[in-house]
Amino acid sequence: MSVLLEVNGISVSFDGFKAINNLSFSISNKELRAIIGPNGAGKTTFMDIVTGKTKPDEGTVLWGEKNLSLLRMSEAQIVEAGISRKFQKPTLIETQTVFENLLLSLKKSRNPLSTLFYKLSIADEKEINIIANEVNLTESLSILAGQLSHGQKQWLEIGMLLAQKPDLLLIDEPAAGMTAPERKKTVELLKRLSQNQSVIVVEHDMEFVKSLECRVTVLHDGGVIAEGSLDYVSQNDKVIDVYLGR
Amino acid sequence: MKKDVLNYIDKRNSFFWVSSIVILFTLIIILLSEAYGLNLVSTSFTKVLGKTLCLCIVALAMDLVWGYCGILSLGHFAFFGLGGYMIGMWLMFERTKNIVVESTQNNVLPLTETEISEAVGTQIFGVVGGAEIPLIWSFADSLLIHIVLILLVPGVLAYIFGWLAFRSRVTGVYLSILTQAMTLALSLYLFQNDSGLRGNNGLSGLQNIPNLDDFSQAELSIWFLILSALTLIFTYYICNLIVNSKLGNIITGIRDNETRVRFLGYKVESYKLFIFVITAIISGVAGALYYPQAGIINPAELAPIASIYLAVWVAIGGRGYLYGALIGAAFVSLASSYFTGGQIPNINFGLFTLKWVDWWVVILGLSFVITTLYAPKGIGGLIERIFRRS
Repeated sequence: MSVLLEVNGISVSFDGFKAINNLSFSISNKELRAIIGPNGAGKTTFMDIVTGKTKPDEGTVLWGEKNLSLLRMSEAQIVEAGISRKFQKPTLIETQTVFENLLLSLKKSRNPLSTLFYKLSIADEKEINIIANEVNLTESLSILAGQLSHGQKQWLEIGMLLAQKPDLLLIDEPAAGMTAPERKKTVELLKRLSQNQSVIVVEHDMEFVKSLECRVTVLHDGGVIAEGSLDYVSQNDKVIDVYLGR
Repeated sequence: MKKDVLNYIDKRNSFFWVSSIVILFTLIIILLSEAYGLNLVSTSFTKVLGKTLCLCIVALAMDLVWGYCGILSLGHFAFFGLGGYMIGMWLMFERTKNIVVESTQNNVLPLTETEISEAVGTQIFGVVGGAEIPLIWSFADSLLIHIVLILLVPGVLAYIFGWLAFRSRVTGVYLSILTQAMTLALSLYLFQNDSGLRGNNGLSGLQNIPNLDDFSQAELSIWFLILSALTLIFTYYICNLIVNSKLGNIITGIRDNETRVRFLGYKVESYKLFIFVITAIISGVAGALYYPQAGIINPAELAPIASIYLAVWVAIGGRGYLYGALIGAAFVSLASSYFTGGQIPNINFGLFTLKWVDWWVVILGLSFVITTLYAPKGIGGLIERIFRRS
């Protein structure tokens, strides 16, 4: 399997605090990966760096077959290159309908003039319906995104990532605020997605991570301390010390 | 199928109603006018109405940039003023030149180009102690070039300012302060006698349109009213097109959740810049129509307070509703000229006299506070609530 994203020796500090310390990480094509770690381990900062929100002090972030450096690209260019992100707190346009949220997410020209003259085509409407179906929101298309339940918001945001047809999805805490049946559906959805694209899931809930049945990376103090199956990393002494507890 | 889509997308189209009302209003005024009708509406009041339409145009621009895109610009009156200066230069130059040529018509020798230029220079710049025509007046004899400048000068200034500000991701109150600084700096610059635009004298006599001497002010006031109404309708059409397009979804998305829009792959800076420049151009056009009706423009017009009033109109009218901006601008500016015009008698309470000229600002301030507290979406929001209920 070819490597899709390769992060090499990145470090970043905020006011002297090292949020990320010489972190290296890589993910293959069509791989599902979970990242776990205690609060302040650097999970969100790691995502900020990959998506261009934060620039690291050192290190490289290479993307795709052509090994493009993401560090020289803007947030919008990184999205265009194929990385989409779901935030920890559901981040939607709450004053617009589910349909409009999905419409804005579709992989179309992002140029102001072409959006001015954009006309909704039947093909686009169909695509939106397919995505809505995938994330169980078919019934809610005409509802304002702000009126959805917390779990539905999480799904809508995942749906918005799907609409962008990315090669890599970064998903921060998808299970938060979900009921048990919703979690089960989310696990199924994430597994299904990873058949066509790579998915990185950041999650606290160990049950949820277990049910994903994927390789796990454990972060602590801004670096990777263990990587492997959940059973393997659970037996790692360091992981037990800093995260799982004895 | 089509109907379903309409249900999904929460949009409203007020263009038909608004344009009908504006056309009807203009026709009524023509019927009642001094020049072409029953002589019930005076020329000066026709001019007030024409100017109000221009203020409605700049309010639309403010609503688009603030109400829809979330950029609280407190400098859009600078663009309005620049538009006024650009048309004013042509009006003043051309008219002065005509007068100079006319007054020497009976001379034996016709004036040379240099003689005309010097005479015009003395006429226009005598008040600031000069006779030379500054370089920026090079094209003042061409109406066409100055019409282009009405669009170009505000557009380019907005582009440079916006590019610098948005690229550095200046947002919120910091951006508002920057825009205030921009309009203040411009106004202070124009106050200088050597700015080439007659310092604090400004440009005057703009109500006299060169080469149209056969028309009376009464007739001109009607033609300007019609021109302002048509421009307002056209601007409304453009703004309506923008807010009802996917672009409209994106800019309101930027207003409500800039991060999400950025991480959907949209270059937020380009969108802000696009809206900022478009609205600056609209403001410039509005100013170019306003000042020939006002007759005079001076740097005080670009004072920071003017742009703040603009924001107050839109807030009272209802930001996020295009027609709300029109209602706010029309009512507040008309009420303002009514109360400060000295037509209402002061009320004497014995110890204390209520002077409307002074107290109008207090009333305006109070109504702004009341709107913010009890009707945060302004008059437009109230109208919307009534219509939704029925």
